[in-house]
Amino acid sequence: MNNKTLIIAGLVIFLIIVLFPFWYMRGKAAPAPEPVLTPMAKAAQACVRSTEYMKSEHMQLLDVWRESVVRDGKRIYVNPQGKEFNMSLSNTCLDCHSNKAEFCDRCHDYASVRPYCWSCHIENPKEKT
Amino acid sequence: MNLRYTIPLIAVIVLFLIAFLGAQVPGLQYVFGVVIPYLALITFVLGFAYRVIGWSRSAVPFKIPTTAGQQKSLPWIKHSKFDCPANTWQVVVRMALEILTFRSLFRNTRMKLKEGARISYQLELFLWVGALAFHYAFLVVLIRHLRFFIEPVPFVVQLIENVDSFFRMEIIYPVFKFGLPGVFISGFVLLAAVSYLFLRRLFVHQVKYISIASDYFPLFLIFGIALSGIFMRYVTKVDVTAVKELTMGLVTFQPTIPAGVDAVFFVHIFFVSILLAYFPFSKLMHLGGVFLSPTRNMTTDTRVRRHINPWNYPVPVHTYDEYEDEFREKMVEAGLPVEKMPQPAPAEEPASDSEPEQEEQKE
Repeated sequence: MNNKTLIIAGLVIFLIIVLFPFWYMRGKAAPAPEPVLTPMAKAAQACVRSTEYMKSEHMQLLDVWRESVVRDGKRIYVNPQGKEFNMSLSNTCLDCHSNKAEFCDRCHDYASVRPYCWSCHIENPKEKT
Repeated sequence: MNLRYTIPLIAVIVLFLIAFLGAQVPGLQYVFGVVIPYLALITFVLGFAYRVIGWSRSAVPFKIPTTAGQQKSLPWIKHSKFDCPANTWQVVVRMALEILTFRSLFRNTRMKLKEGARISYQLELFLWVGALAFHYAFLVVLIRHLRFFIEPVPFVVQLIENVDSFFRMEIIYPVFKFGLPGVFISGFVLLAAVSYLFLRRLFVHQVKYISIASDYFPLFLIFGIALSGIFMRYVTKVDVTAVKELTMGLVTFQPTIPAGVDAVFFVHIFFVSILLAYFPFSKLMHLGGVFLSPTRNMTTDTRVRRHINPWNYPVPVHTYDEYEDEFREKMVEAGLPVEKMPQPAPAEEPASDSEPEQEEQKE
């Protein structure tokens, strides 16, 4: 048995696996997607919280909202600026951001995140109800 | 304090500071985010190939499989196929079991004296469990990270992510919120396992005695990698889109440093780069070496097939027959016993020396 051939074959297979992303992508650019703001969102200028906060914490905020609404029955959210909001994904968030495909899904798909919001909430309450 | 682990610990802390402070400087972000990862990957690939090719050149002078079962023998003696493999397929099974389930570690026993002088051997499985947890968690973490290097993310990666985030824990307190983004259990298993493997070296005296700096350094480094990854995901909640833009730039050879990438990310990728560059020159090469362990990957057919040492070269031997042929007369003269008598028995034999030998000669 020729051990050397076997070992080199194994090494080649290993390196092919290690470098998989490089030859799989073959230099195809994959720039970060830009979430699209609807005219309504643009007009509102500010979200519930600052853009930076929403970028990193929106999932946590939504979870806190759900907890508050479902368990405690409290529906009013007061942001640090003192503005009041109705804690509702369908009626508050999706009111401005009615374009789920261009706003939510783009980044979620890019980052391979599959939020389970949509297993209960319908994507665009305005269109479907 | 013991220098064998303080020095690696200080080294990892220094590496952390280098990356953390370096990432604050805008110009250096390109170095930490692009230059060092590329250099590290090149070092890894070339170094790995160099080491394995070096191993492939070494000769195999002896057949040294270890056995843990009955060798193939008479038909009515049960052959232990995978502990004493007699052909290549049985070796393949044994290697697969070794590489995928770490059977050598499973056999770990601890000798204890019980009730005074009674020796007992107990299975000692914590190392095996820890090693399995560590390696498989690391594998899952590695596969999960493909989401940063492939676009669109393949189904297999998504499947593993779904399984990995099976346990959904959402902890909501005013001061402590945890659970979103979804918790990947593998990261925490990796962190726990690497901590266990470190504490084992610290608290089991025998293991501590044989542990050196190059044992501790990868443990600290992997601990740093896991911790920085967990920190990024659950605490600072780094901008994943920006991070993926950076990593996709690396993979597609169009490197960019997008704005808004956290310093913790640079620490993470710097640690990973150090690990990759360090890999080929360290004990971590057991990734390749385990396939070449001679006690595991050889057939135990030593009685059936002769193993020829490739180092063998023709040795000029001088057999006893040749020796006697050369020195027969002198041996006879000296009265030493010989196997063959000289053919022409010369008459000049002086009647002397020892009688019995002369009698033998006459025979």
